[in-house]
Amino acid sequence: MNLLLTILVEGLGYASYLFIVSLGLTVIFGVLKILNVAHGAFYAWGAYLCAFLIGEFSTMGVSDLGTMVAIPIAALIVGLILGSAIERTIIKNLYGRDEVLIVLATFGLFLVLEDVILLVFGVDPYFAYQPTYAMPGVQIGGIHQDGYKLSMIVVSLVIGLISWAVLNRTHWGKLVTAIIYDSELAVAMGINVPRVFYTVFVAGAVLGALGGAYIAPTISVAPGFGVEVIVLSFAVVVIGGLGSIPGAAIGALLVGMLRAYAVLQWPEIELFVVYAVMAAVLIFRPEGLFAPAKARKI
Amino acid sequence: MALTSDRTTLGLTVGFVAVALLGVFVLPDWLLNQILVAFSRALAVVGLLVLWRTGLVSFGHALYFGLGAYTVALLGRNYGIGEVLVTLPAATLASALVGFLLGFIVRRYREIFFAMLNLAFSMVLFGILVKTEALGSTDGFNVEQPTLLGIGTDDAAVKLTALFLGVCAIGWLTAVLVHRYLGSILGSLTTAVRDNEIRVEYLGYSAAEAIHGKYVMSAALTGLGGGFMAISLGQVDPESMVNWTVSGELVFVTILSGPGSVAAPFIGSLIFELLRTYAFELVPYAWQLIVGGTLLLIIFFLPGGVWSVLSRLAGRRGVEP
Amino acid sequence: MSAILETVGVNKTFGAVTAARDINVSVAKHEIVGIIGANGAGKTTFVNMVTGWLPPSTGRIRFDGRDITGLAPRKITRLGICRSFQVAQVFMTATVFDNLMIALGIADAHGLGVLLPLRVRAREERADAILRRYQMQDYRDQPASTLPQGIRKLLDIAMAMVAQPKVLLLDEPTSGISVEEKFPLMDIVMGALKEEGVTVLFVEHDMEIVSRYVSRVLAFYQGEIICDAPPAEALADPKVKEFVIGDDLHNQTLLQAGALQDGAQEVSDARG
Repeated sequence: MNLLLTILVEGLGYASYLFIVSLGLTVIFGVLKILNVAHGAFYAWGAYLCAFLIGEFSTMGVSDLGTMVAIPIAALIVGLILGSAIERTIIKNLYGRDEVLIVLATFGLFLVLEDVILLVFGVDPYFAYQPTYAMPGVQIGGIHQDGYKLSMIVVSLVIGLISWAVLNRTHWGKLVTAIIYDSELAVAMGINVPRVFYTVFVAGAVLGALGGAYIAPTISVAPGFGVEVIVLSFAVVVIGGLGSIPGAAIGALLVGMLRAYAVLQWPEIELFVVYAVMAAVLIFRPEGLFAPAKARKI
Repeated sequence: MALTSDRTTLGLTVGFVAVALLGVFVLPDWLLNQILVAFSRALAVVGLLVLWRTGLVSFGHALYFGLGAYTVALLGRNYGIGEVLVTLPAATLASALVGFLLGFIVRRYREIFFAMLNLAFSMVLFGILVKTEALGSTDGFNVEQPTLLGIGTDDAAVKLTALFLGVCAIGWLTAVLVHRYLGSILGSLTTAVRDNEIRVEYLGYSAAEAIHGKYVMSAALTGLGGGFMAISLGQVDPESMVNWTVSGELVFVTILSGPGSVAAPFIGSLIFELLRTYAFELVPYAWQLIVGGTLLLIIFFLPGGVWSVLSRLAGRRGVEP
Repeated sequence: MSAILETVGVNKTFGAVTAARDINVSVAKHEIVGIIGANGAGKTTFVNMVTGWLPPSTGRIRFDGRDITGLAPRKITRLGICRSFQVAQVFMTATVFDNLMIALGIADAHGLGVLLPLRVRAREERADAILRRYQMQDYRDQPASTLPQGIRKLLDIAMAMVAQPKVLLLDEPTSGISVEEKFPLMDIVMGALKEEGVTVLFVEHDMEIVSRYVSRVLAFYQGEIICDAPPAEALADPKVKEFVIGDDLHNQTLLQAGALQDGAQEVSDARG
């Protein structure tokens, strides 16, 4: 029972940041038809900038809880500045090109951005545990649970709900949904597609950076850690269905739980269980579990 | 046209013989070593080139590279077999067999899904290798001293030269055979499948079967390349043989080389190897930056890869590439 | 006359939509059959079922005395039924000549024969002969992506004919082609097809084309065949007038001018 609970909480915590990152990835794919490998770089940049800012704030005398403000700041800076710059210079020139070529281009971009991190932040790892000290632990079922991790679950829930509401309840969200459904028709309807693309890309970049910024206080932020998350996020969105928000949620939960279970109970399969599930989903439901509806063209 | 294809075969023969002669009589050992590693990888890239011409990119061919490498290494460790006339065909066959089986699944997919499914399969192998002590876990293990027809040598220089000549010979054979293949009716179903599968079906051929065949071929060549790499490096481990980064390198070299010719992977591979060596010496922390930047430059400005530059230069001088 | 192509009680439903209802057609060798109907009447569904793209929900399709129901397109192609497409399906990056070479290569290859070289002298000569027959010599070395619409459709048809099928289905050969080009194009196509003695079924919107080239008309409406008759008779049929021709302004104009009846009359007169 305790074990089950531990797996559940561990899995949820893991799923929550995977969901935030995957949400950005899947929305960008759904709208722009770009599988953005550089998303992993937004994540890494978010983490680095956040860890750096927390360190700075801390030396300025900000309280441990107060340093948490670095998380949204880092996410916004990375998303708005780096995300915009990349959309304007590179992504914009990729629209409509061969999907695989786009993946390769964003992969190139990812590699470049990863190394620029090293040039900017150096090769030494960053530690920024302050926010985790500020969060009180909670007793659930007699087990001590890390308060910061629980806050992450809440935040990801809120973000998921906000995204859902924006897409389903606002005019702008309906434009986006129309483009996901049929972008040619959207153009014909007079929707300013390039503008929507730009906004969605930047929003996705903010989400990617937020995932990184939120996880930063719980780990040592070191070179090359954006790689694992991008590959896992791919698994999440492929399992859930490229372009689907509920899919990203289910995919993240599935991957999070599987990993938590594997880590605690069956370490031999930890490294590949996610990929095995991804392969199985692709084989039996090639479009993923929750592929969004698309206009059928013959 | 038959004349041109003969000319390409002749060109390949002249090129490989020239490299072999230069290697034996002129080039320093460190360069010989680089060519050995580069050509081992090039064998795999030739396989990816066939897929790329068909419009398919695999992000998981490290699966076959690793299968080839580990087949060679395990034959040595478990059975004491170092005979290259056994180990290399075994590496090729093992990869071809797995490629044949997985081919029934992957041939139903295109574009990103094809790429990602391959990635998933390769990561499963990676995970198994890392976690299995019997297979060397993360450290891997050493490869048995290679022998040819039972003859081996402890002299490092002689061994290097022998391996170098071996990779040149196999590289030449591979290039000539794949070139012939691309000139066959089945070979014309690379770009044709990429362009229009519906038309291929309505001409009376199964696009899925055509893709399956090419997939097996690419798996076999990648296994051969991995096997040769294992012998060249004398060691196998999951990180340098099976991880997704290995797949990434194979794809990168494919794009760098360009789809224009079966000779391109050998040139592209060598450039990649030299670039890596010098980059590590000159700018130690910018290797990814160089690879990523090159990838972007090629995609945006040089879709034909290095080969298109070479053939343009050769064309200007009026020389047949 | 023995039937070369025969459908018996063929139905096709997509969920609640019925795209074909009890289709019974028998086509004799060397017939030229026109298939007409408004958009969504089931014409292309019919072509897709005969050529194996869609299996019928119920019913049988027989070709040359053999049941071909549900066979894959490539198998049906190998048996001798080929088709062209509403949107030309060609190899866009290859030249016109190479398109034909690949088509010839696949048609020639059996078993391990696919490993033989594509570019052999005899095959190249055949490709050039096809270029001449369809008057595409001027475009020989042009990539298909750069071709004018009409030439691309011509290439599409020429590629379908490469395997020398017994039955050819043309899906709207003149759609997307300007009025001035239509007749010259169809003259080339029908001339070549007659030379080869192939049985032709073609889907067409333009009644002027239909009345000029076909010997028999199948009119579709809501998945059913509402008329199966020689063109003059079919175009005079009140149901055809209402459900097929009625919605098309161009055809209506022609109809009012009496051009269709005259044209159809001429054709049937010529045939005796």
